[in-house]
Amino acid sequence: MIHLVGPYLLAAALVGLGVAGIAVRRNAVLLLVGVELVLSGGLVLLLTTQATGADRWAAGSVLPLFVITIAAAEVVVALAVVLAVFRLRGSIDLDAASDATDREEAP
Amino acid sequence: MTALDTAFAASAVLAVLGGLFAVTTRHVVHAALWLVVALLGVAGALLVLGAELVALVLVLVYVGAVVVLVLFALMLTRAPIGPDRAHAVGPWRAAGAALLGLATAGLLASVLVPLADGTVRRADVSTTQVAGQLFGTWVWPFELLSLLLLAALVGGLAVARGPADDDPATGVRP
Repeated sequence: MIHLVGPYLLAAALVGLGVAGIAVRRNAVLLLVGVELVLSGGLVLLLTTQATGADRWAAGSVLPLFVITIAAAEVVVALAVVLAVFRLRGSIDLDAASDATDREEAP
Repeated sequence: MTALDTAFAASAVLAVLGGLFAVTTRHVVHAALWLVVALLGVAGALLVLGAELVALVLVLVYVGAVVVLVLFALMLTRAPIGPDRAHAVGPWRAAGAALLGLATAGLLASVLVPLADGTVRRADVSTTQVAGQLFGTWVWPFELLSLLLLAALVGGLAVARGPADDDPATGVRP
């Protein structure tokens, strides 16, 4: 027997930590760490829903698998964009002013 | 407080501490490694909740693939060894981010905790059952997901490869 307060608090704490990580990071790669924490909070919530019995078609187990797969695809594309930006600008600072358009117009 | 509650609390503390260090450490590589600790804690929590398959997939995909990918990206973007001073944030920004995280967590907890109206039994959804549903009810989303992975693979390759060197029209080099 598991009391439901624990999983709910864990999900809330993970999402809060992830949002704080997204807000505080200036390194574009480390932004993804916060995103992963938010997604894992969602996973905990889905599995808790399965444990409460409100689970049809095994959705509490299948949807987390889908979430994990989509997260993996998202990380691949995000890191590709980060690498392209690093090659173009030499920096992955999220606070730096964008000069990509100026660069293309410059002779 | 049953044994399962204790096991869940231990996993949850591991996950939250790992996540806390992952978002607060100044060493970029340490952040990725603390993410491994946090995800192992989450996997333990999922094991306690009775989802062995999801916990195993979480460890395989997240710890095995995503964190390794993040580490590779850190190396390719010349992450410094030691504290990352180039991307340090001021105290106001850190305080604002902490406030935002606390507000989000508090909002979610205030919505979710009143729903926690008692104890539940450990879910007993077998892997056979999950597989049957995955290839029965969920087969079209599953196939769509394979297309998504293919698109992510091709898109990631196309974006990360950059413009071709032998094409002066699009060869933008800094």
